[in-house]
Amino acid sequence: MRKLILSAVTAAGLFASSGVALANTGGEPLMKPGFSWEGFFGRYDQAQLKRGFEVFNQVCSNCHGLRLVAYRNLSAVGLTAEEIKEVAAAREIADVPNDEGVISMRAGRPADKYIGPFPNDKAAAAANGGALPPDLSLMAKARVGGPNYIYSLMQGFLDEAPHGVVLPDGKSYNKYFPGNAIGMPPQLFDDLVTYADGTKASPQQMAADISAFLNWAAEPELNERKSLGLKVMIFLAVFTAMLYALKRQIWKNIH
Amino acid sequence: MADSATHAQPSSTDGQSRRDFLLYSTIAVGAVGTAAALWPFVHSMNPAADTLALSTTDVDLAAIQPGQAITVVWQGKPVFVRHRTEEDIALATKDDSAELRDKMADATRVQKPEWLIVVGVCTHLGCVPLGQKAGDPKGDFGGWFCPCHGSHYDTSGRIRKGPAPLNLPVPKYSFTSDTTIRIG
Amino acid sequence: MSGFQTNNKVISWLDERLPIFSMMQHSAIEYPTPRNLNYWWNFGSLAAFVLVVMLLTGIFLVMNYSSHTSLAFDSVERIMRDVNYGWLIRYLHMNGASMFFILVYIHMFRNLYYGSYKAPREVLWWVGIIIYLAMMATGFLGYVLPWGQMSFWGATVITNLFSAFPVVGQSIVTLLWGGFSVDNPTLNRFFSLHYLLPFVIVGLVVVHVWALHTVRSNNPLGVEMKGEADSIPFHPYYTIKDLFGIGLFLMFFLAFVFWAPNFFGEPDNYIPANPMVTPPHIVPEWYYLPFYAILRSFTMDLWIIPAKLQGVVAMFAAILILFFLPWLDTSKVRSAKFRPIYRQFFWLFLVDCLVLGYVGGKPAEEPLVTIGQLGTAYYFAHFLIIMPLLGKLEKPKPLPASISAAVLKEKA
Repeated sequence: MRKLILSAVTAAGLFASSGVALANTGGEPLMKPGFSWEGFFGRYDQAQLKRGFEVFNQVCSNCHGLRLVAYRNLSAVGLTAEEIKEVAAAREIADVPNDEGVISMRAGRPADKYIGPFPNDKAAAAANGGALPPDLSLMAKARVGGPNYIYSLMQGFLDEAPHGVVLPDGKSYNKYFPGNAIGMPPQLFDDLVTYADGTKASPQQMAADISAFLNWAAEPELNERKSLGLKVMIFLAVFTAMLYALKRQIWKNIH
Repeated sequence: MADSATHAQPSSTDGQSRRDFLLYSTIAVGAVGTAAALWPFVHSMNPAADTLALSTTDVDLAAIQPGQAITVVWQGKPVFVRHRTEEDIALATKDDSAELRDKMADATRVQKPEWLIVVGVCTHLGCVPLGQKAGDPKGDFGGWFCPCHGSHYDTSGRIRKGPAPLNLPVPKYSFTSDTTIRIG
Repeated sequence: MSGFQTNNKVISWLDERLPIFSMMQHSAIEYPTPRNLNYWWNFGSLAAFVLVVMLLTGIFLVMNYSSHTSLAFDSVERIMRDVNYGWLIRYLHMNGASMFFILVYIHMFRNLYYGSYKAPREVLWWVGIIIYLAMMATGFLGYVLPWGQMSFWGATVITNLFSAFPVVGQSIVTLLWGGFSVDNPTLNRFFSLHYLLPFVIVGLVVVHVWALHTVRSNNPLGVEMKGEADSIPFHPYYTIKDLFGIGLFLMFFLAFVFWAPNFFGEPDNYIPANPMVTPPHIVPEWYYLPFYAILRSFTMDLWIIPAKLQGVVAMFAAILILFFLPWLDTSKVRSAKFRPIYRQFFWLFLVDCLVLGYVGGKPAEEPLVTIGQLGTAYYFAHFLIIMPLLGKLEKPKPLPASISAAVLKEKA
């Protein structure tokens, strides 16, 4: 029995380490600021999500899309119905053809998905020196390290490439990016945005906030998931204990 | 257990009832758990969030001339928006006193008399009646005519002739301005 | 078919015409089961439970899934975001697949340890391997459906395995694809087969249980049941024990679903499929990794056999060899409890499989390639050399006279 447990632990260990090794990130170990939603009881901090949204809406969204998130979803980061309408109406989208078959543009509506800055990927790549700014809807799930990767990447720019490294034209050096030559120039500097809640917008603060917002964008169900999980686990603990007691009673006369 | 010999009878029934209690309470808890576990599956078949988000439709009325009608999509169903002429309204109010299968006064079916808004689904078996376009047959009462089984609706959308049992339903809507409405 | 009695006229009327109640009575209530089964015998019923969970969640996922390349990825994300409890159903399905394999692997290693594949249970074991093969196919097909990067490139790599076969290889691959690359026709047929195969598995499970009930369960001692004293009725003893096991298992399973739903997944699969860009490091799902390592272990052409073909043949052979296990193992003693030397080799084999799994998940670099090759050699040596020889050479410990005798001795 002891051997079995031992082997199970070994298996789990091998397993976990093999998972970590499949990194699609740059060489440097990621920074881990410790986010509010980590751990068993962790939940999103709505104020942080809202700050993160402000950074996204004012800065990131000039190049990056968020095509899986609808404007109506933003109520979860603390926007009111009026604010959502306003944010949605800031961009235009092709309407359905009218009775004459003419397609005109209309303002975005809350039910629409977040309207991207470019009409299509080709246009986006062309406007950015051939490097397509990826859609950010799932970025927090699509990279090893998720939010830690985003947090690190945003702060991982070096002013100059290390000695001996030749950067292609138009690329910046980032410690955390695979291959280190990233198409995105450094973004965060002091007071890039003015937070509505008065928080001081330091690069570190903004990096944390945008990571939080993008994690929410990728896993909007997290709060609900963890609360439901807690209830389910409490139920199962009680139920399994009852099953165990019943099992003991039924088997009492056998052994 | 030392004196189990002397109290053999009562202690065994005690044990029996304790065991039954545990069995039945476990079954009860398990049944509740199973039912709760099935709920997410059932609920997943209810309208999803994106579907619910489209449960209202905004309509701009400004471009619709008297006598004209447009069809808009609301929750996947056609809604008839008709700019009624004076004659249409007169006809509709006159017929309030006619023999109606589904008795309703015209005034209760409109918020502003010139705008009639009804769900364009025949109350018989769900076809879409004709009468929206200029050349369409409008039936014997100047409203709509359902080609599937020949139901005639009047200028208030009320059933007047044919197999349909009820008037065309009026959806919930409100005027968000003088020339725009929100259905739903 | 004895023993079924009822006073209910409707039930007895039905039972005389279609004896389902008699069958239940016979195979789920009275079924004589060894009294000494340990908790490792819970894993069969657990696997059956997960199969039901997979079917249920799968059927509900299909209600919102679109199997077109331009819609598949977004339809899965719509399930995750907009469908009520869609995230729960999808995470249950995703993690359920991994759970299914964990349970079946434990079930299979239990079988290896206690020699359950030996006469008269060879056919029972065969059906089990066929179930395992069907699971591997189903898992692979299902992994393609979200149409992420790993879906696409996994499908490309695995279907290309068949191109290793001489002459017909490329035609087979084209047939699998329904085109000249993995594309919409491929996704559609994979979806169709992914929906079909689980029901085939259900049928196979019925056959598996049928075979089991014909030859009866093995037990930790590996000696057959001899009399009344050795067995107990399945109900209530094992029904309650299995239910308790399901309770424990659910806590393990749901801990992943609620707190680490992407633990078994690959981040790359949250990037929509892009036929123009291959992710830097492609790995199959974890449950194929040992076989993936075997596939990659063959790096040198041998005579006229290219390395690629060797790898593919070895990978299939690694599974097919299991069919011959009842004859490769020459020992008459079932349980490793009485085979001290085999027991050591059993653990070595388990470690070998874990090492192969580890190597399979890593990039093909030294020293891992060599370790993988040694692991592959040992894998086959275990079946082809160690097991046949050990049966002849090893001197087993004396077996107990009966299950009840051993149980009584242990008690004293």
